[in-house]
Amino acid sequence: MSASTKEIESLIGQGYKQGFITELETDSFLPGLDETVIRKLSRLKNEPEFMTEYRLKAFRHWQTMKSPEWAFVKFDAIDYQKISYYSAPKRKEDGPKSLDEIDPQVLEAYKKLGIPLDEQERLAGVAVDAVFDSVSVATTFKGKLKEAGVIFCPISEALRAHPALVEQYLGTVVPPGDNFFAALNSAVFSDGSFVYIPKGVRCPMELSTYFRINAANTGQFERTLIIADEGSHVSYLEGCTAPMRDENQLHAAVVELIALDNAQIKYSTVQNWYPGDKDGKGGIYNFVTKRADCRGENAKVSWTQVETGSAITWKYPSCILTGDNSVGEFYSVALTNNYQQADTGTKMIHIGKNTRSTIISKGISAGKAQNTYRGLVKVLKSAENARNYTQCDSLLIGDKCGAHTFPYVEVRQPSAQVEHEATTSKISEDQLFFCQQRGLSAEDAVSMIVNGFCKAVFKELPMEFAVEAQALLGLSLEGSVG
Amino acid sequence: MLSIKNLTVNINDKQILKGINLEIKPGEIHAIMGPNGSGKSTLSHVLSGKDGYTVTGGSVTYQGKDLLAMAPEIRAREGVFLAFQYPVEIPGVSNVYLLKAGLNAIRKYHGQSEVDAMDFLTLVKEKVRLLEMDEKFLYRAVNEGFSGGEKKRNEILQMAILEPKLCILDETDSGLDIDALKIVSEGVNSLRSPTRSFVIVTHYQRLLDYIKPDFVHVLAHGQIVKSGGAELALELEEKGYSWVEEATA
Repeated sequence: MSASTKEIESLIGQGYKQGFITELETDSFLPGLDETVIRKLSRLKNEPEFMTEYRLKAFRHWQTMKSPEWAFVKFDAIDYQKISYYSAPKRKEDGPKSLDEIDPQVLEAYKKLGIPLDEQERLAGVAVDAVFDSVSVATTFKGKLKEAGVIFCPISEALRAHPALVEQYLGTVVPPGDNFFAALNSAVFSDGSFVYIPKGVRCPMELSTYFRINAANTGQFERTLIIADEGSHVSYLEGCTAPMRDENQLHAAVVELIALDNAQIKYSTVQNWYPGDKDGKGGIYNFVTKRADCRGENAKVSWTQVETGSAITWKYPSCILTGDNSVGEFYSVALTNNYQQADTGTKMIHIGKNTRSTIISKGISAGKAQNTYRGLVKVLKSAENARNYTQCDSLLIGDKCGAHTFPYVEVRQPSAQVEHEATTSKISEDQLFFCQQRGLSAEDAVSMIVNGFCKAVFKELPMEFAVEAQALLGLSLEGSVG
Repeated sequence: MLSIKNLTVNINDKQILKGINLEIKPGEIHAIMGPNGSGKSTLSHVLSGKDGYTVTGGSVTYQGKDLLAMAPEIRAREGVFLAFQYPVEIPGVSNVYLLKAGLNAIRKYHGQSEVDAMDFLTLVKEKVRLLEMDEKFLYRAVNEGFSGGEKKRNEILQMAILEPKLCILDETDSGLDIDALKIVSEGVNSLRSPTRSFVIVTHYQRLLDYIKPDFVHVLAHGQIVKSGGAELALELEEKGYSWVEEATA
């Protein structure tokens, strides 16, 4: 009908808002991957010897591995020789010393994304590391963080400035040969963030990394390492976007978190990589390994993720609960529309005594999308009195999408308590009509119903992010009704 | 306010309404009564814009505009309100959030600014008292875990907040005990005004003991077979629907 259809159409027209391309001169490698490329990458970044060796070892191992096929996703085989493994905005010899030296086009790109890198313009309380294709282009509030003893810098810089710290922890949570994509990342990772919070320090501001893929035919292999020393606290946010391109692009990241005694890490992600167009053309392959080790007693890690982008998401932020009384949490909203596919969930590995984990997963499918929750709760013999609570809800919009749940539970300790609840529901026409009868457009009604469905997860997000996440859900669902 | 002319409606090629004619002026209360399957709910659904009905003929003019050409949310914003027979549950969405979203959508449509949060709360709390509801209702998810009576009171609360011009009550009395019926009726009566009209769809006469209609229409086999004043409802109660059905058969 007249008015509402127009309204909906104009909304759909907006589509993916971060899809612009920034034209700039880049230093890029030609596509292709062999040991020479890896040595060249390592040399370009002035890495210490151990890193070069680490990369080469990972690469040799990767060559013996096969791309995993167990996930509930479909895609054509990736030709790893057609990808360029390094792309960076051209810059002066030593890299930019201040914002003035960064390519104004790059600054403009971040500004367009709502992430001004000028500290004055930034909301106080959030420090940002901006990663553009393969390199970090700016990190804000470094001075203020240094006063607190917090190290927050690109990992490439950490390798030069704090090699011992990196060597001590890198690959200890996700070993180089962990899985196919983690091995590839270990061989070719280009940049990402490094965070070290010293003993007893409560990080004075939220830390955040904003990842942007810009160049075509380039893979982004980010590597993030966060270490929370004894009794420290940190909250870290991550956001991601990419231009709209017809080809699929690979994003294979590895994130490692280490929490020592009494330390707490809160890691929040709002992932909005380009999802492809409404016919399923283009989009990012988001193949990510994220894992935390609660290495110390009473350590706590919580993962909160809102996944709305990417053509394919393959990601299981997990917690190894090594320390006694340690706590792992996973809160997830995964939304798939059109032809998007997501296979996501978590692993909670209980090793220490009295370890506790909570999993709240909300999957939403619209269009022709497939959404899978895959989770493992494993309680080892040593984990006396371990407890897990899992709640896994799926919401379907329309009748051409799918929701799938694969929960695995392995318990070797009789005193453990493991609970699992799951529901699947559909937005009914009656709900929609009811909301419309109260004055809401169909799109707003769907967005409201979906936000209600996700409430338990959104309340875990930092305030600023929660608002963004809600808006993003509305945007990602455009065109899913009517 | 509302002018229905020779309205015919099908569901899946089956004719349900067979030529309805009805004139409603501002401030009037019209009761539509009739046996099950007479087309009462169909009429309220068609007026509010629910999917699944095909209008095959006739017209509905609302405040000089073609009502049937409007999307459901536009009808709502223009002041048409349907109190549902079976209000749906919306998990995770608080009652107060829905009310505010609805009110703001309507205000925006009329070029008004969004309602101030404090003013809104004051307004809502006043209406909650009026309907003898617990304030806790506001923060619970829409209709989730509400009893039948609570759901119906919630409908009237929404009506009180959104301040529509044409209120359609679809069997609001069904499933209500006598106390709830009284409260709901008082709520409706408090909303009576010279500019607001009501269409009260009901099977039983008892609701009309509390809400006094100006006109009563009897619907049977998709047609209005008899119209009269409030006394017609009492006559129906006494003689049963077979009386009018036989008279028109």
